[in-house]
Amino acid sequence: MEKITTVTGTAAPLRRSNVDTDQIIPAVFLKRVTKTGFDDALFYAWRQDPEFVLNRPEYQGAKVLIAGPDFGTGSSREHAVWALRDFGFDVVISSRFGDIFRGNSGKQGLVAAQVAYEDVERLWAVVEAEPGIAVTVDLVERTVTVGSLRVPFDIDDYTRWRLLEGLDDIGLTLRDEAAITEFESHREAWRPTTLPIREPAESGSL
Amino acid sequence: MNAASTNTVETIEHPRTLAEKVWNAHLVAEGEDGTPDLIYIDLHLVHEVTSPQAFDGLRLAGRPVRRPDLTIATEDHNTPTLDIDKPIADLTSRTQIETLRRNAAEFGIRLHSLGDKEQGIVHVVGPQLGLTQPGITVVCGDSHTSTHGAFGAMAFGIGTSEVEHVLATQTLPLKAFKTMAINVEGALRPGVTAKDIILAVIAKIGTGGGQGYVLEYRGSAIRALSMDGRMTICNMSIEAGARAGMVAPDATTYAYLKGRAHAPAGADWDAAVEYWETLATDEGAQFDAEVFIDADTLEPFVTWGTNPGQGVSLSETVPDPATIADQHERAAAERALEYMALEPGTPLKDVKVDAVFMGSCTNSRIEDLRAFASIVKGKRKADGVRVMVVPGSARVRLEAEAEGLDKVFTDFGAEWRFAGCSMCLGMNPDQLAPGERCASTSNRNFEGRQGKGGRTHLVSPLVAAATAIRGTLSSPWDLQTEGEVH
Repeated sequence: MEKITTVTGTAAPLRRSNVDTDQIIPAVFLKRVTKTGFDDALFYAWRQDPEFVLNRPEYQGAKVLIAGPDFGTGSSREHAVWALRDFGFDVVISSRFGDIFRGNSGKQGLVAAQVAYEDVERLWAVVEAEPGIAVTVDLVERTVTVGSLRVPFDIDDYTRWRLLEGLDDIGLTLRDEAAITEFESHREAWRPTTLPIREPAESGSL
Repeated sequence: MNAASTNTVETIEHPRTLAEKVWNAHLVAEGEDGTPDLIYIDLHLVHEVTSPQAFDGLRLAGRPVRRPDLTIATEDHNTPTLDIDKPIADLTSRTQIETLRRNAAEFGIRLHSLGDKEQGIVHVVGPQLGLTQPGITVVCGDSHTSTHGAFGAMAFGIGTSEVEHVLATQTLPLKAFKTMAINVEGALRPGVTAKDIILAVIAKIGTGGGQGYVLEYRGSAIRALSMDGRMTICNMSIEAGARAGMVAPDATTYAYLKGRAHAPAGADWDAAVEYWETLATDEGAQFDAEVFIDADTLEPFVTWGTNPGQGVSLSETVPDPATIADQHERAAAERALEYMALEPGTPLKDVKVDAVFMGSCTNSRIEDLRAFASIVKGKRKADGVRVMVVPGSARVRLEAEAEGLDKVFTDFGAEWRFAGCSMCLGMNPDQLAPGERCASTSNRNFEGRQGKGGRTHLVSPLVAAATAIRGTLSSPWDLQTEGEVH
């Protein structure tokens, strides 16, 4: 994963709340077995409307998506993050994120920046008044700057550190492999295992 | 002082919740300075949609699956529910299923494929095999993994990167959750079910109300539920924003588990029960938040909008967005009514449906099918309404057929299908046409969820059945007033 310190680019305002991951990418696009090529699927249903914000010429090439509250709720599909990345977004701003979406974002280099709702309104106002204005998201300072407006954002320390360092989660965990092996050594014998395959007892359910 | 009494003293000093106990029992390494804890995963469920890229990642890094014996895969999201003995017509679906089969073979993972008697929706398969047990940690690349919390397990959905992480390490780095008690006291009236409880909970706390929390469902109404009912409730925890929902294990849990293929047996059973008995939340333990629901007054529930929090009692009318104080909720309601083609003030019971879907990981277990059958038995469905019954697993299908339920459904005019996720999310051919309206026992009424342009009303199996008879949103109570029920 590439290290991220700041992102500068234009922003697109998405004035909708409760944008669930089914809206970000409908299930019919989840059949692919690759991690890329999902840009056409992003907000597929909404993009059929020529007036949808991402279809408007002034918001082409945006790197920052500014959305209403409860962005990324619902299904765990990481394809939602892949689709946002493939489309060109490096940052999503919202006042509240779905927990699984937020976790997925941090693992794919998408900054999920949590901004107070009043500040989201102010960012929308500036960007809509002057589409194409440069927005800078500074992960070191945890700020979003556009024109003379600067607002703070929240992101948890651990995710921020991994994004800044571009660290791979699995590699980090495997540094603790001895602790995992130790934990496994006293796992109770009656805890479930999937192998070997066992058949149900005759007296049990079907 | 002996060791046992020392433990007792510690328990009294630190009363803990069910969720804290399960978390602490799985701590591999405690986080420091804001880093997450490393949590051990007892059971990893895998399906075809969220796993291909994870296996690819392992291959690229040259990593094996650490514990194939704690991993199990099945095919559910993409699978057809008709003609399952023929090649899957949709090429991309077939590719995804074949990819899972190749990956399972390569990495030594147990897989139950279409046609196998253990195939089915991943959240139905785990419990019915006895793999889902109290006090364990369960993950799956599917947000409805919360279902397994019904057993007192800590179970939650993960993204594909986390799937790869668990395959490689059998652990996950996680920040501790906050805890929320959902107290449901009283007794449900006949015709009111677990589904109505959870729809009422989500309407009360909202789709974001549970974010960052593990929900613990408590109270006399929860204790009175069967395991199938508890699974329905925990399943939809994610629709309130919570990654996990739990119910403390009790005699109902043990009775469900005993004798199942992978449940402990003999001396192991006794040791397990002894441990399970320690899991319930201690008296005096503090929750970070509490919610109270009165079971006595609950009515059959239905959603009118496009998120699961937009629900009301079926006896009410479509709400007027103008009366909603919160500006986001008002805007969301306006959009939702436009999408759903509903006018404020319309009695919900006047709303006609085109389809009824009886299935999904929320409501496709044997008791759900029995409940649906109890209402439709000996009747004919309303003209022009398409009714589809999709069992949660191949075993549920066999069990239903052994009881003659399939005959009840087909005599009623319903389609009796093979197991899978089906029209809950329309990844296979089971989809609504644009503009079609469906009473669905599934979990999400999002725009386009059941097919592009489709309109979904979330309901219980009993409401689905009464709706299929009358052709308009209805509960069993409406049948009684018409003298239509025995």
